[in-house]
Formats: sequence, structure tokens, C-alpha cells
Amino acid sequence: MSTYVLSGSPHVHDKQDVNKIMWGVVYALIPALLVSIYFFGLPAFITTLIAVVSCVVFEYIIQRYIFKSSDVTIKDGSAVITGLLLAFNVPSSLPWWQMIIGSLVAIGVAKMTFGGLGKNPFNPALVGRVFMLISFPVEMTTWPKVAPLSTSLTDIVTGPTSLGIVKEGLMKGETLSQLMNNVPSYTDMFIGNIGGSLGEISALAIILGGIYMLYKKIITWHIPTSYILTVFIFTGILWLINPEKYADPIFHLLAGGLMLGAIFMATDMVTSPVNYKAQIIFGIGCGILTVLIRVWGAYPEGVSFAILIMNAVTPILNKTIKPKRFGGK
Amino acid sequence: MIGLKTFPLGGVHPEEGKFTAQKAIEILPIPERVYIPLSQSLGAPSVPIINKGDRVKTGQLIAKGEAFISANIHSSVTGTVEKIDEWIDASGYRKKTIIIKTEPDEWEEGILLNHQLNPTITLTKEEIIQRVKEKGIVGMGGATFPTHVKLSIPQGKKAEYLIINGVECEPYLTSDHRLMLEKGEEILIGIQILMKAIEVNKAIIGIEANKMDAIEHLSQLAQKYKGIEVQGLKLKYPQGAEKQLIKALVNREVPSGKLPIEVGCVVQNVGTAFAVYEAIQFNKPLIDRVVTISGKKFNGGNFLVRIGTPIQALIDQCGGLPENTEKIINGGPMMGKALVSTEVPVTKGTSGILIFTNEMSHRMPVYSCIRCGKCVSVCPMGLEPILLEKLVENKNWEMAESEHIIDCIECGSCHYTCPAGRPLLDMIRLGKNKVNQIIRSRGK
Repeated sequence: MSTYVLSGSPHVHDKQDVNKIMWGVVYALIPALLVSIYFFGLPAFITTLIAVVSCVVFEYIIQRYIFKSSDVTIKDGSAVITGLLLAFNVPSSLPWWQMIIGSLVAIGVAKMTFGGLGKNPFNPALVGRVFMLISFPVEMTTWPKVAPLSTSLTDIVTGPTSLGIVKEGLMKGETLSQLMNNVPSYTDMFIGNIGGSLGEISALAIILGGIYMLYKKIITWHIPTSYILTVFIFTGILWLINPEKYADPIFHLLAGGLMLGAIFMATDMVTSPVNYKAQIIFGIGCGILTVLIRVWGAYPEGVSFAILIMNAVTPILNKTIKPKRFGGK
Repeated sequence: MIGLKTFPLGGVHPEEGKFTAQKAIEILPIPERVYIPLSQSLGAPSVPIINKGDRVKTGQLIAKGEAFISANIHSSVTGTVEKIDEWIDASGYRKKTIIIKTEPDEWEEGILLNHQLNPTITLTKEEIIQRVKEKGIVGMGGATFPTHVKLSIPQGKKAEYLIINGVECEPYLTSDHRLMLEKGEEILIGIQILMKAIEVNKAIIGIEANKMDAIEHLSQLAQKYKGIEVQGLKLKYPQGAEKQLIKALVNREVPSGKLPIEVGCVVQNVGTAFAVYEAIQFNKPLIDRVVTISGKKFNGGNFLVRIGTPIQALIDQCGGLPENTEKIINGGPMMGKALVSTEVPVTKGTSGILIFTNEMSHRMPVYSCIRCGKCVSVCPMGLEPILLEKLVENKNWEMAESEHIIDCIECGSCHYTCPAGRPLLDMIRLGKNKVNQIIRSRGK
């Protein structure tokens, strides 16, 4: 009898696979990592390293010793992404043990309790971040000021973020035009010469990573564009209504975690809808929630919460928003 | 040339691999034995009208298509019927097959062997359809639907366009490409005949842009023939799928569950047009066809092959199988079937044979679905393969039906693109079978 391989069609496959996609995201995160190391120095590098190593180690331990699975998936790169994104969402001064606990929550709770890659309903890095924000509110909102190429681990000068300045100032009754004088220039915000979470500071570096991912077809334009445009339009309308009370749309695009969120977090395949139409609605939802939280919520920043809430909505979007069907009515 | 058109929804672009595009059609010698399966077209198997021991001539009717959807089968060779027995075919199953020990050709009376170009169409519409039926012509693009059935326009419907499929969007295959280059004029006359049969005055030939020479060649020839237009199409798989082709060429959408005639179109393959030409002008039944044999690192070609020739004969002609051959495919890499044996014969629907060596023969490792949605974005029918896979897995047939699993054209784009290597099409096929059974059991 013959010994030919039998399998159903198709007999050829696209070169892209899960590993290549995941590692592609890792490469896309490198510019933002380099910028954060440049502006925050050695602490940024160490924080990132702790996050990545602990995420990978936790994934290994859980799969190997708790699930007793022979098939450990740490090589697929998804744990590395979670580690990187988690580190990008915290101040570089975060104590190492808090970072490790955050990693455990991200991998152990948000990812592995649901069965690992592909099965988690919420973005693990965001769950980890929100957990840390609630558990360690002081450390999570103590923002080191930039000190290019610093190697010091102790002498850190801290200051508020742009979003914090605006939020608190407005609550004290100050006008926006006064507050904007205390905010870094838009050029600095674009390049990353500002205080903030590790990987959020440079819109430029994040956009570069986004372009790489678009080129490699890891993400499509639908979520980032609808997310960013919604924030731009929504804050633009508010700003037009009352420029003394609401910051301008460019500020909202450059401040905080919007770019990182829109390009790297909201686009997480596992936790976002599967069809383009639903993805656009998902992006719009993220945008609206981000602005609502930033402008009227208790926190100066709303990206993490907005995306997590929309993660919860994803199954409903998948169920109700259907792609256009050929020959359908 | 006019701009390239395409269908709007989904699609992928696999590596083309058209290695044999420059190789002229060669005539494959008649093998020692031919194996002619009784089931070569969509519909009911044909009924043999000869017996063991009979001597048959080339082109002689040997099995009748008696059901409405069925087709006549003719002997592709002269020789003695050795037996009517079961023989393995491309499906992998043993099917009733007429096995003939061959001799040098002696043609059935009435078949003209003087193949001079004959553009004069003398038969009437009814005579054309009758002749097409008699001569056992079926769709040669792969689906093998009996052509006379397609040409018989149902009551109350009217054809406006004859669409000619010269797309050949499957990677590797070049049989239609070569036919268009070498038998262009014959194909155009065949199209004129088909136009007369369905009473339309417009025909559009769709050809994918990786065959520029064919587009130019036929465009030039078509100037002589009234009502025939050639349209270049963007490189996108599955451009050659009937519904996608109609959408691209005349921007009409065949409704779910309906046939092309619903939107005034009849679609025929270029190979079919050529077979119709031969049947009408020379009385020649469908007893041979062009087959591409190809593969990476395989010195293939395009051959005119008698129906029933075991593919081993084609392989031998090309110097035998490479040592590390692991998979043999009947058809293209996207929709073709993996073969169990090289004893499988060429049938009316065999457009190509592919020889795959080790690294290409195996599927990707299967990962967990990461819900990337690529399968959804490439589905040319606008279905959600990721959802259908889950429904089939959970045996939720009811919902699989309401999610239009039956609309799947089995093009394989979803599995092709899936980065997690999930066997999406396998699952959908399984579900389609089950759902079809359920629909049939309801008695319409």
C-alpha cells in the first residue's frame, strides 16, 4: 500500500503562524522599550526585565506543575508580550515585588485560569495593571520625571503626569489655560520626553511599532483608527464647547496611555472581536469610555478601564455584529 | 486594457507556483490499460452498455447517463473491455470502473478527424444542447456539472450573460492557461456555440492577471467575434469560484442557495468551451483533456491525456516520482484531493496532478485559536469559519444551519490563512454534510 500523506484541502498554508505573530508584536514593542530606557534609565530596563521574566516563569510553572501539561507554550511569545505590556503600564520606580505580583495576576489569574493563550476574555496585562493600581495606589501613581540615560536606581525625582495635572487642577477650579502652562510641550509628549508609565511616554515609538504591525499584517487599521478617531472627535467636540474646561484633542491623543492602548492593547486578538464591523464598534466603544473616564471619572486615565470593559462586551459584539454575507439579504 | 476587476469580499493570495506556464501541451501516449470510472460527473453514475470482452472503438458510447443530472461516457481508446470492476478513484474509494486493454486507435464512425478550424455553426439551439448531452460534456473546471443541464435554461428564467471562466486561480495549475494560448480560436468558436445554445449576445471571458499573454491573445482574437469580451481580473483566490467570478465581472450577487441563472448568468470553463467546440464541429465526445502535472522541484508539464489514463503514466512521462514524494494531489493545492495511489485514473474533472515532497506535505502544528479573525476576513462568502468550527465541534447543527454553513464554497481560504493551523475546512465540511442530511430528511 502507498504511504502518501492524506489530508483534506487546502494543501498549502500561509507562512504566518501564531509564533510569528506573537514575536512580531514583541519586535514592534522594541522602539517603545528603547525610548523608555533612554528617558528613565536603568530602572526602566530592570522593571521590564522583571516583568518579562516573571511572566514567562509563571506561565511555565503553571503549565508544567499545576496543569501538568507536557506542552508548555512559553516559546510562543505571548507571555513575553504580557510582560512587556505590563511593564509599559507602570512607573519605572515600581518596587520589584509589586511587579512580580502584578505578573502573577496577569498570567496566573487573567490568562491561565481560563486555559491559556486564546481563551482569556480580558487582556492579561491590563488585568495585572488594574490589580496593581488598586492594590498599590501610591507606587502605581508616583511618576518619575525623565532623566535621560540615568543609571541611578535611587535618586528619582517624581512629578505628576500631564493628565494628572489637568485633572487635579480642574478639580481645584483652575482654568485650563493656566494648567496647560505646566504641561510639557506637544513635541516632548510626542517624542516621549515626559513623565508617565514606562512604555506610554513616546507616541512616536508606539506609532512606529504600529506601522510595523500593520505592515506585517499582525493588526488591521480598524481598532486603532476607530479608537483614536473617536477620542479625537469626542474631546474635540468638548473642547469646542468649552476650551477653558476641556483639554484639546491633540492633548488627549498624546497624553497618557491612549496610543499604547489603541495600538497594542485594544488590538489584542484574543480579547477583541473577530470581524471588521464589530472591531470598529469595539474601537468606538473604547474611545467613548476612555473620554468619559478621563473627563468625568475618578481617575485621570481611562484607557485600561475602557479596554477591559470593551473586552467584556466583545462576546456580545461577536454574536450580534455579523460580517456582510455574500448573497445574503 | 481595461482595469482589472475582482470580487470585493475576502480572498487570499497563495504563492502562485505556475512553473509549467511556458510548457506547451504535449500528447501523452495511450497507456496499456485505461480505467474509466462510471461516476465522473456530479449527479448519478452512468450505466454501462457494453460487456466484458466487448471490443470498443475510440469515441464509442460505453455508458449512458440516464438520470437528469448525469452524463454519457465514451471510450477514450480502442481495445477490449477486460472487466467492469471496482477501481480506486480520486475520492479514495473503489468505484465501478470500466477497464479496457488498449490497442492502436480506431475511431468511431462519424467523428471528424480532420481538425481544421471550423467557425460555421450550423446546428440549432436544441441540436446543440442535444449534442452536448450525447457527447458527455461536463464542466471541466473541477465541479464536473453536466453541461447540457446548465445550458437548459429553466422555465421563466432568462440568461443575459455567458461567463467564461479562464481564471485558473488555483496555484500550480496551467492547463486552462495553455489551452487559451494554444486553442484560443477554437475556444472562441465554442463560446459562440454556447451563446447560441442559451440565446445570449454577450459573453465575458474572465482571466486572472498572472496570465497576461492569454488575456492579450484572446482579446485580440475576440475582435473577430461579436459579443465576446475579455476581462482581466486581479490576482486573488478564489477568483475562479462561480459566484465570485460573476460578482467580479457583472457585479451581480447570486443569492444564497441559488444558481447563477437567478442573476441571468451561465458560467462555463474555457476547457468546457473547447470540448463543446469539438463536440459540435467534429462530433467528438469528451474523451481527453489537458492535465497539468507539477510541483516544486518536479519537472512537470501540460499533457493532453485520454480519460482513464492512470496518473502513473503521467508521472512516468515526467521521469517518475522523486524519492521524497510524500503527497500527491488531484487538482490544485487549495481545493484538490490528496490521493492514496498513483493508480487513480484521470477523469473529466482532472485539471492537474501535484507532486509534493516532504516539507510541503504536512499540515502546520495546531495551536489554540487566538481569535485573530483572519478566517472571517478572508472568507469570500462572508461566513465566520471560527464560529462554524465551534458549532460543528459542539454538534450544534441547528445553529450551524442558521449561520449558513451550507453557503461555504469549500475554497479553503480560512484554513490556508489560519495562523493557528486549525482544520477549519475539515470541520465545516463535516458540518455541511450533517446539515445537508438534516435538510434532506425534512423532505424539502
